[in-house]
Amino acid sequence: MNEKAVNIKKEKYIRHIVKRDVISKKKAWFIRLIAVVLSLLVSAVVIVGITKENPLSVYGGIINGAVGTNHRLWTTVREIVVLLLIAVGLVPAFKMRFWNLGAEGQILIGAVASAALMIYGKSIPAPLLLTLIIVCSMLAGMLWGLLPGIFKAIYNTNESLFTLMLNYVAMQIVTFCIVFWENPSGSNSVGIINAATRAGWFPRAFGNEYFMNIVIVVVITVAISVYMRYSKQGYEIAVVGESQNTARYAGIDVKKVMIRTMMISSAICGLAGAVIVSGASHTISTSTAGGRGFTAIIVAWMANMNPLGMLLVSTFLVFMQQGSIQIASQYGLNENASDIITGILIFFLIGCEFFIHYRIEKTKMEEM
Amino acid sequence: MSTNAIELRGVTKRFGSVIANDHVNLTLEKGEILSILGENGSGKTTLMNMLSGIYFPDEGQILIDGKEVAIRGPKDAFQLGIGMIHQHFKLINVLTAAQNIILGLSGKSRLDMKKVNKDVSNLVEKYGFDLNPEEKIYNMSVSQKQTVEIVKVLYRGADILILDEPTAVLTPQETEKLFAVLRKMKEAGKSIIIITHKLNEVLEISDRVAVLRKGSSIGVVKTSEASVESLTEMMVGEKVDLDIQRSKPKSPEKRIELRGVNVRNIEGQDVLKDISFVANSGEILGIAGISGNGQKELLESIGGLIPIESGEILYYPPNDAPVEKLSEKTVQEIQKLKISLSFVPEDRLGMGLVGSMNLTDNMMIRSYRGGRRFFADRKSPKLLAEHIVAKLEVATPDVNTPVRRLSGGNVQKILVGREIATRPNVLMVAYPVRGLDINSSYTIYNLLNEQKEKGVAVMCVGEDLDVLLQLCDRILVLCEGKISGIVDANKSSKEELGMLMTGGRKVSSK
Amino acid sequence: MNLLLTFIVAAIGQAVPLLYGASGEIVTEKSGNLNLGIPGIMYMGGISGLMGAFFYEKSAISAGNEPNALIGVLCALIGCLAASFLGGLIYSFLTISLRSNQNVVGLALTTFGVGFGNFFGGSISKIAGGVGQISVKKTASFYQTFFPETMKKIPILGKIIFSYGFLTYLSIIIAVIATWYLTKTRKGLNLIAVGEDPAVADAAGINVTKYKYGSTLLGAMIAGLGGLYFVMEYLGGTWSNNGFGDRGWLAIALVILALWNPVNAIWGSLVFGALYVLYIYLPGQTRASSELVKMLPYVVTIIVLIMTSKRNKPENQPPKSLGRAYFREDR
Repeated sequence: MNEKAVNIKKEKYIRHIVKRDVISKKKAWFIRLIAVVLSLLVSAVVIVGITKENPLSVYGGIINGAVGTNHRLWTTVREIVVLLLIAVGLVPAFKMRFWNLGAEGQILIGAVASAALMIYGKSIPAPLLLTLIIVCSMLAGMLWGLLPGIFKAIYNTNESLFTLMLNYVAMQIVTFCIVFWENPSGSNSVGIINAATRAGWFPRAFGNEYFMNIVIVVVITVAISVYMRYSKQGYEIAVVGESQNTARYAGIDVKKVMIRTMMISSAICGLAGAVIVSGASHTISTSTAGGRGFTAIIVAWMANMNPLGMLLVSTFLVFMQQGSIQIASQYGLNENASDIITGILIFFLIGCEFFIHYRIEKTKMEEM
Repeated sequence: MSTNAIELRGVTKRFGSVIANDHVNLTLEKGEILSILGENGSGKTTLMNMLSGIYFPDEGQILIDGKEVAIRGPKDAFQLGIGMIHQHFKLINVLTAAQNIILGLSGKSRLDMKKVNKDVSNLVEKYGFDLNPEEKIYNMSVSQKQTVEIVKVLYRGADILILDEPTAVLTPQETEKLFAVLRKMKEAGKSIIIITHKLNEVLEISDRVAVLRKGSSIGVVKTSEASVESLTEMMVGEKVDLDIQRSKPKSPEKRIELRGVNVRNIEGQDVLKDISFVANSGEILGIAGISGNGQKELLESIGGLIPIESGEILYYPPNDAPVEKLSEKTVQEIQKLKISLSFVPEDRLGMGLVGSMNLTDNMMIRSYRGGRRFFADRKSPKLLAEHIVAKLEVATPDVNTPVRRLSGGNVQKILVGREIATRPNVLMVAYPVRGLDINSSYTIYNLLNEQKEKGVAVMCVGEDLDVLLQLCDRILVLCEGKISGIVDANKSSKEELGMLMTGGRKVSSK
Repeated sequence: MNLLLTFIVAAIGQAVPLLYGASGEIVTEKSGNLNLGIPGIMYMGGISGLMGAFFYEKSAISAGNEPNALIGVLCALIGCLAASFLGGLIYSFLTISLRSNQNVVGLALTTFGVGFGNFFGGSISKIAGGVGQISVKKTASFYQTFFPETMKKIPILGKIIFSYGFLTYLSIIIAVIATWYLTKTRKGLNLIAVGEDPAVADAAGINVTKYKYGSTLLGAMIAGLGGLYFVMEYLGGTWSNNGFGDRGWLAIALVILALWNPVNAIWGSLVFGALYVLYIYLPGQTRASSELVKMLPYVVTIIVLIMTSKRNKPENQPPKSLGRAYFREDR
């Protein structure tokens, strides 16, 4: 017995991480699916921990909250398309490795433009007013993105902090406008604009409040996908993003591409502001963007800027958010619970990418 | 008891599907200088990186002083007395020499830089280096940085030193100095491994030579019993004809002329000073120099990538079309004149190609602007990619593979192939065979010769003087941004080029 | 004169959380990690500190005892540090071990952290009986005073220098120690190497993972104290949703102004703090124009950003590997 033990070589395993060469699509999606399931489990533990309710009824509550009634379903759809629109808007900038953290501000400025038109342009005929709202909100958003774009192109100014700071400048502009627009006076809020006349509201169509929102988002999503994939400008953006040296070498005017791309990106975010104000809330406040400018960054990143992927991720996040808002009110919690849930979901989804790109290997080491 | 400082048994390392080292056996005796010889890509550096703890072997054993060890990180390597001087220096630019030297060492948590500086100075004096411990790395020359690396290893009391291609960046004089230091260290009882692919150096410095080929160990010989021929044969596996076919230039005419060109870099330093020369059609003009002496800037200024401070760059198109001033044109306009720049930078993918894009999309870098439509044409680039893959025998699954996944030789073939496909009148290449095996190198040489015979003015920046002497018709030598000579490659010698590269002035007739 | 005095004191009050945030972010960034989750971590630190004190005082009172200020302070500190540590750990695990994108993780962490703060803030407000009803009198009073009353009565100096709680003084001490640590110690030197070039640090035998974790966690805890300062010393031991606002982002911007040196952040935070409260003290403001004055800190940050983007001294640049994950066997 003793001899036998001596004869067995001691084996030690050493773990180390190896980069994967290629991974099959099936396997990658399987890993993501596991991450989603795990994130749902952990969220359930958190919710159950707080509410002390049966987890099944909690998830029932989430589903009920997201799609339980017609109204809730359409609210969820409305939120999905807005988030998707912002994410789509961010794609050109991200493809260029331009960290546009300023979607919040670009949305707000677009929202200010459309609210201003709704308030001061009541007498303009509806089709013209709507066109103006769309065009002006895009121009306003564009201006907000143009500034950091220009400085990045010329002085290589750090774009993430620049855009971030512009968010707060935009927020101050909103509070500044609220001083003049507040209704009723003293409320420090704008209230529903043109509640009676519905001037500047996106019209109902096919009996649906949000038809125009959906049309706008679908059109923009398809347009940007085609632009990025098939156009010469889209190709230039990809080259600049991968390597500015190569771009220079190819004779691409890097500064021009940078500024142009940032204008496109921020114009779409500005448009999202109009979609929110004219197409959904019909009012404006500092929380009009409501952090969606940041969530959209995560959406675009996690979906690897693939339009279908972004739709999927937006749907998942919004579904869970709307659902948790419902449970929060059902169990007397506050609505910030949904931010915690969103955070947990995102952590898992980001984390799982590691297992798609790397794998952990064991190496056997024999000791003499 | 073994007297071997290091013994490797059946060491294997894979990167994905590529086998970098295949069951390598190797011994380093105490107190000897061992050369590891092999072509680029033969796995020398990977093997040594496993000794210094950068990589971990997939299979095999490493024995230090006869005991099996697991080197799981650089710290383990230090403790075993192994110090490696990497080809790309591992130094932090914003720190001083002394700070770099003590990096990662344990000791009192509060730093006494005065004492460290003094210790370093003592060491510097002992071996006769030239180094100021308080100098920041970003102010240093390449050979000073190497000195820091060597002092760093000595400071840590390493008994086994591994030097990865230490002479690649040095002048012949600096190399001599380095060798003197290595001999001194050997006398002090240290065991030294030097990785190189320069045969004369192997013969000069080492006691034994181990040869690697395609990741496998081919054999070990005593230097005294080896010759350039025998080592070459071991290294490449077969006797190769080192002669490159060189034809006489056919009816050369002026194509590119530089007149008194000065270039400054972003930091405001003069990188090219008063450059004047002519490049002719139907000839290959070699550009030699120690790396970082203005070769890159020279090609980039002709290609319009960097602005020039003064002087002019002229282009004489074929068929007596009017002369064009390149110095006033944009990159795009220069490319339209069929002046092509195939720059292979150190990381190879950094400039000419986009690593994450596939072959087709990389072809588009040159052609995507074609046509008036808003959308880019992808059909013809795809055909071109397929053509290049077939013609140059590029090993790739298909044209939809990102170029990053391809091996160095194949990447280079794609880059040069694409540039040639634009049917250039002027073709500029830099380090076209860096990192390639012999066969791929010859493919590239043949391509360049083919272009020359078609009447293209070829300019080629190279590092291997033997190759330049056999490939080129004339060789321009740069030293510190100035032309130190233009020589006739048929009549010149390595010694002459070496002299010019280090600043010895000699201008022969053109 | 009196107005100026009040202005300076108010500016310092605004500067302290920014200084904590900036010091924490600098320590983090020196390891090559750009932690955009710092604003969220500050929320987490603030609310958890408050909860620690709140539940301690509540249980003491319900047991019929007078709450002990020292224990309350301790509970708050532990709560704050533990939560910030947790925030830092989430960030570290995802970006260092799992090599996820730092910007994305940071933003997600900020969303999470702000939600965490507001959720628990809202929840304990409800327990306390309504918004603004949270009260941790004993603990907060300890946080708000440090020097004895007599010293505060010294003209001018008493107000400017001696009128704060210990967290104010601690913020300066931490900044000074952090600078000393980065420039004068072996570990600081190694940390700089990790942030500049992890491959080099690795080859030098420095445990890159350990340093990255260590400095990110430490940085998160320092930043978390900024949140604690805000709820305890500034608000006097209560919570208002989103009350901490955007100070976390300003702290991150301050890092650039401070050239990655915590001592410089002391002065920088004072400037930002002054701009933050300027609208209250600037005479002749209408409601609308004061909204415009509130833009100043952000506008100034942008101007500073543009100005600093043109400098090129190597020492004044961000750590070279900032924002990138390290994988040893990357080829």
